[in-house]
Amino acid sequence: MTYALETRGLDKHFGGLHVTRDLSLQIRPGARHALIGPNGAGKTTVINQLTGVLEPSSGRILLEGQDITDLPVHKRVLRGLSRTFQINQLYPDLTPLETIGLAVSERLGGGGNWWRRMGTRDDINAEIAETLERFRLLDVMNDRTSTLPYGKQRLLEIAVAIAAKPRVLLLDEPAAGVPEGERKDILAAVAALPRDVTVLLIEHDMDLVFSFADRISVLVSGALLVEGAPDEVARDPQVKAVYLGEAA
Amino acid sequence: MTTNAQTEVGLLARQHGRWHWSEFAFWIVVLAVGLAFPSRYLIMTEILRLALFALSLDLILGYAGIVSLGHAAFFGVGAYCAGLLSVHGIINEPVLALIVAGLAATVLGFATSFLVIRGVDLTRLMVTLGIALLMEALAERFSNITGGTDGLQGIDIQPIFGVFAFDMFGKTGFFYALAVLFVLFLLARIIVHSPFGLSLRAIKNNPLRASAIGIPVNKRLIAIYTVAAFYAGIAGALFTQTTALASLDVFSFERSADLVLMLVIGGSGYLYGGLIGAAVFRMLQELFQWITPQYWMFWIGLVLVIIVLVGRHRIHAYALWLPNLILRQIAGRKAAVALTDNEAP
Repeated sequence: MTYALETRGLDKHFGGLHVTRDLSLQIRPGARHALIGPNGAGKTTVINQLTGVLEPSSGRILLEGQDITDLPVHKRVLRGLSRTFQINQLYPDLTPLETIGLAVSERLGGGGNWWRRMGTRDDINAEIAETLERFRLLDVMNDRTSTLPYGKQRLLEIAVAIAAKPRVLLLDEPAAGVPEGERKDILAAVAALPRDVTVLLIEHDMDLVFSFADRISVLVSGALLVEGAPDEVARDPQVKAVYLGEAA
Repeated sequence: MTTNAQTEVGLLARQHGRWHWSEFAFWIVVLAVGLAFPSRYLIMTEILRLALFALSLDLILGYAGIVSLGHAAFFGVGAYCAGLLSVHGIINEPVLALIVAGLAATVLGFATSFLVIRGVDLTRLMVTLGIALLMEALAERFSNITGGTDGLQGIDIQPIFGVFAFDMFGKTGFFYALAVLFVLFLLARIIVHSPFGLSLRAIKNNPLRASAIGIPVNKRLIAIYTVAAFYAGIAGALFTQTTALASLDVFSFERSADLVLMLVIGGSGYLYGGLIGAAVFRMLQELFQWITPQYWMFWIGLVLVIIVLVGRHRIHAYALWLPNLILRQIAGRKAAVALTDNEAP
């Protein structure tokens, strides 16, 4: 079977530090897969290798069966792999409308166009409107991103990743730092992701993980400890000892 | 509902690119000033050349966030190219020579862009500075071609399109420079309001996110750097054509540094900053030289320190206070002149 996303023997060293150890993950198409692990387990390092921000020391990364290990970040996005960041990575001076517009333009092949004005292609406008509406950002679409409340910025962070129409979406702690009152919007947005999009979720919040994921991989010290369905992982004595035990 | 939203999205997205009445006013004032002071064509032409040169730097600094202390490299190549084309009688028609000179700078811009886009601000400052120094040294070394420290001898610019001859009062030169500036301004305006232009602002804001939505960051930076080199080359060629001079100082460090000062004065990232900055800079220079011929640099320095410390926004607000007060009396509460807040700090 062809996996939506797969790593084969992924290894990453930072000098003497061994942060990813022989990691082989297989994520099925359409899966809601969660990658969990204690602080410092190397989760974000894995994401950065998957998206091309970091180069693995060895091992391969396959997206829908195709080797993407040597592709730069933007080409992986165009192949259908997009992500959100643990800490918002937005454009402070741009509006949500422009932010989403850029992502849509880039995907529909109009991003490098220098002679056409923004807003003159109906197909792009329609998609921008649809995305903003879905993430309840229509009312603030013309405000500068830096002036938006944090919860709205967090929604925009997810919206812009979705606007790239990924087939595999990596969510790096989507609810991190969101105040209680704005949390449900984020969770609703995550729950409402299209079923055909494969999602890899990295999260500390165990409630979110267990309500969302149908498959969980536990990462400890850069290596895969256990993988299985949520109830199996929850029962696993090793996980209890290393991970949940630590939290209790 | 969705179609309404779509229409609104389209309207808002296009809103940035629409001509504001203050822009029409700006160009009418420029033309009016040109017609009102026929005895000042030489200095006004100089301001127009500086404005085009500053517009070039604004494209990379204000939009893409690329700092440069060596923009004179392209200015110089354009200047010498226009001079050599004339001296050797290769291309006698000025407009065609202007374009060819601009393209020569474009080639250098493209070739050096790969060095410049690497690294961060400080690296870029040093690399751009180094390239300009290299060009200056090369021009000095090959003095048999460039005329060395004496400059290029025997530049004689033929009439534009074979019709409009350059006159000693600089009238032709002025309107020629104004036409070139206006056409290239229009082109720059189209570029910055396109998806390409917006992607540059995205890269300046957050290169990590830009690449994470599929923007080929390096490709875009190379493209705009190359375009800016073309603009700077044209500014240099205009210099040679309107002054019939080309000497080593076209590559000088002061030329690059002054340019940064102009953008500090006028503000970057809204296209008019370079034009306003060039005019204000040159007028201040003139004023201070008149007050104190020896120490005018002192006053320029003082003005810069004040601008940076007080902040351009506040200065603009003070400067617009009286006009807005009068406007409100005439046209009601809401009427006010405001400058765009989309400026680099």
